[in-house]
Amino acid sequence: MKCSDFLKELTDYLDNTMDTKTKEELEEHLQWCHNCYVVCNTTKSTIEIYRDSRLYELPDELRTRIHSAIMTKCECHKNSVNPSAPATTDKVNDPAK
Amino acid sequence: MEAIETTVAAPPSEETILVDKARAGDIGAFESLVRRYDRNVFRIAQHITQNREDAEDVVQDAFLKAYQNLGQFQGQSKFYTWLVRITVNEALMRLRRRRPERMVSIDEDVKTEEDSIPREIADWSPNPEQQYTQAELKDLLGKTIQGLPPSFRTVFVLRDVEGLSTEETASALELSVPAVKSRLLRARLQLRERLNKYFKRRDGDSKP
Repeated sequence: MKCSDFLKELTDYLDNTMDTKTKEELEEHLQWCHNCYVVCNTTKSTIEIYRDSRLYELPDELRTRIHSAIMTKCECHKNSVNPSAPATTDKVNDPAK
Repeated sequence: MEAIETTVAAPPSEETILVDKARAGDIGAFESLVRRYDRNVFRIAQHITQNREDAEDVVQDAFLKAYQNLGQFQGQSKFYTWLVRITVNEALMRLRRRRPERMVSIDEDVKTEEDSIPREIADWSPNPEQQYTQAELKDLLGKTIQGLPPSFRTVFVLRDVEGLSTEETASALELSVPAVKSRLLRARLQLRERLNKYFKRRDGDSKP
C-alpha cells in the first residue's frame, strides 16, 4: 500500500467504517510507515481537540435573550395565521432552500 | 372481533411527540425543541459565519423558519437534521451577504486534492492542548478553523463537532456521501496541518 492510498482511506479508518480486510492492510502499513503513523495520530488528535474544546458555547445571558426573541416571533406568527388553519396546512416553499 | 395488530411499531421518540404537538399549535412544545437544540444551532452558525452577530441572527431566523414551516416537515428525517439544514442555509446566506465578492456555496469546487497533502509531518507533544490556557486554546482553534473554506468547516462541524453521521450530514447538506467524505478528509487534514505549528513536539518535551 502506498501512502497516498492510506490517506484516501484515513477518514473511514478514523471513523472505523471499513471492512476488516482493508483495516488490516492499513494497520500493516502503519506498522512500518512512520509518516502515516504520525499523520494518523495527529489527525485523530485534531478531531478530539475540536470535539472537546467547547468552542462557541452559547453564554446563558445570550441564550435567554435569543430564546425570548425566538418565542416572541413565533407567537406573532401564530397570532397572524388563522387559528382554524394551523401551520400544518401552510403551503410555502421548502424552508431549507 | 377486533383486528389484532400484528406489527409492533416503535414508540415515537420524545422529539417526534414534541414536533407533533408543536405542529398542532402547542407553542410550549416548540419552546422545548428550541431549548433542546439552541446550543447546537448556535455552534453550527458560529462555525460557518465566524461572526457572533450573524450567528445570533441565524439562530433566531432558523428557529422561526422551522416554526413557520413545521407543516413542510414530513418526518422522513429527524427534526434535528431538518433544522440543521435550515441553519446551514441561513448561515451560508449571511456569509454571502457579508462577502459578496467571494463565492460561498456548499457545492463550491474547492481547488485540487493537493491542498490537503500533508506537508509538515511532526509528532505532537503529549496532550498538546494542555500547553495553553482554555482561552488561548479557544482562540487558536477559532483562528485555525476560520482559515478553512466554508464548505469544509461546515462538513467538519457537523460530522466531528456535532457528531452527525455521514449520512445525516449528506442529507442536511444535500450532498452525496462520497462528497461529504471527501470534504471531511480534506478539512481534517488541513486543520491538522495548521495546528502543527502550535502543537508539534519541541526540544525538551518529554517522550510519551
